[in-house]
Amino acid sequence: MIDFQYARANDVADAVRQISADPAAKFIAGGTNLIDLMKEDVERPARLIDISRLPLRSVEATPDGGLRIGALVPNSDLAYHPLIAQRYPMLGSAILAGASAQLRNMASTGGNLLQRTRCAYFYDVATPCNKRQPGSGCSAIAGLNRMHAILGTSDACIATHPSDMCVALAALDATVHVAGPAGTRALAFSEFHRLPENTPQRDTNLQPNEIVTAVELPARGFAANYSYLKIRDRLSYAFALVSIAAGLELEGDVIKEARLALGGVAHRPWRDPTVEAALRGQPADRSAFARAADVMLRDAKGFEHNAFKIDLARRAIVRALTQAAAGTPQSQSNKKIA
Amino acid sequence: MPAKISVSLTVNGAATQLSVAPWTSLLDALRDHLGLTGTKKGCDHGQCGACTVLVDGRRINSCLTLAVMKDGATVTTIEGLASDGALHALQQAFIDHDAFQCGYCTPGQICSAVGLIAEGRAKSTDEIRELMSGNICRCGAYPNIVRAIQQAMGQA
Repeated sequence: MIDFQYARANDVADAVRQISADPAAKFIAGGTNLIDLMKEDVERPARLIDISRLPLRSVEATPDGGLRIGALVPNSDLAYHPLIAQRYPMLGSAILAGASAQLRNMASTGGNLLQRTRCAYFYDVATPCNKRQPGSGCSAIAGLNRMHAILGTSDACIATHPSDMCVALAALDATVHVAGPAGTRALAFSEFHRLPENTPQRDTNLQPNEIVTAVELPARGFAANYSYLKIRDRLSYAFALVSIAAGLELEGDVIKEARLALGGVAHRPWRDPTVEAALRGQPADRSAFARAADVMLRDAKGFEHNAFKIDLARRAIVRALTQAAAGTPQSQSNKKIA
Repeated sequence: MPAKISVSLTVNGAATQLSVAPWTSLLDALRDHLGLTGTKKGCDHGQCGACTVLVDGRRINSCLTLAVMKDGATVTTIEGLASDGALHALQQAFIDHDAFQCGYCTPGQICSAVGLIAEGRAKSTDEIRELMSGNICRCGAYPNIVRAIQQAMGQA
């Protein structure tokens, strides 16, 4: 690891001041991704600003029936929080589908949003990578791209966003609260992560001198009819080939509201409002789900080693929506897919 | 080179003062500064779990933790589990069930299992296996590790 200076932030304003004063600085909270990237020489911050002691650890109900989650709430605490279990079990399930118990104990809510891709070429500093070194080229497009994206790719980058938690946050229409030198602002979750286009070095629309302070969930939680289905190479502790966050509100057998977000397939959690709109008013059955899957994947494009993901995603969408409709969400301990 | 930073830790019940460079991981601080080599360095990237210790009672990967960030924390390593010469219930259970072959992953497995039992989330075999998935055993002693944990849970 390179030499770096270490400093602590006293409060959010101090954190913003410190990061604004030093463009080569980075925040550190849980550290599970950043320290790994520093060991690999992918990230080389001249200064780490430790924000782990800031008072951003509360989970609070909001007046409009939602939930405000402090940016430093550890992933494990959030996954098992009683209000998550009761009102947003899709989010708890997605969190428990990711990483390991140790990493979830360390990793923060804000850090989960800001984790970088696990594209092997991004990690390997001996290879070209537009995300790590803009303009150097993408090694994955004609390389080992089995884990890579099938939606929203560009000629510059086909990396995926690795988070499970963020797939559920996308489906739940979360809002990201940030603070910067000009004050605070809120970003819709769909506006937070970016597609690669020709600037894959930018994963999100967070500005370099801003800090994530909280993630807010609206009241609608899809607690009765949801599933988080993750398909991966091992049964546990592996990144998704494809993952599906599905939520339904039903009136009898008719879909009143639908949410569908995909992980492991794009540079950000993938949602398509037209698919959800088309599901509304339809019977909650296999043919409606199959049509939704076809539309969701209509622009999917496979590469040499990952074209299988298109059909895998199509089937996983149907399965996850079926699980959601039946009120039998995918278990994250018994991995048999029912 | 940045100056070393003073860090106070309570390690296995003893107050300890360290002076470390900012990039020193908690794992390296324990092994190289405090001579507590029971905690193992496997992958050094948070993928194998051999470095698992308990910080303020929670299991974490010490390889992905900077020692300076844990100033003031209480750390328990494999060396701190036995008391008054008596093995911790999990240590005894690992012996009883032959829950290892080479033993390199064992300190991490046991510290992780201490955390698992304290969390109280695992009841079934499936849940134990899932919530222990952050600890890799390349000898493949998993069935006996699960049995050892079940024995210790029964005693807890």
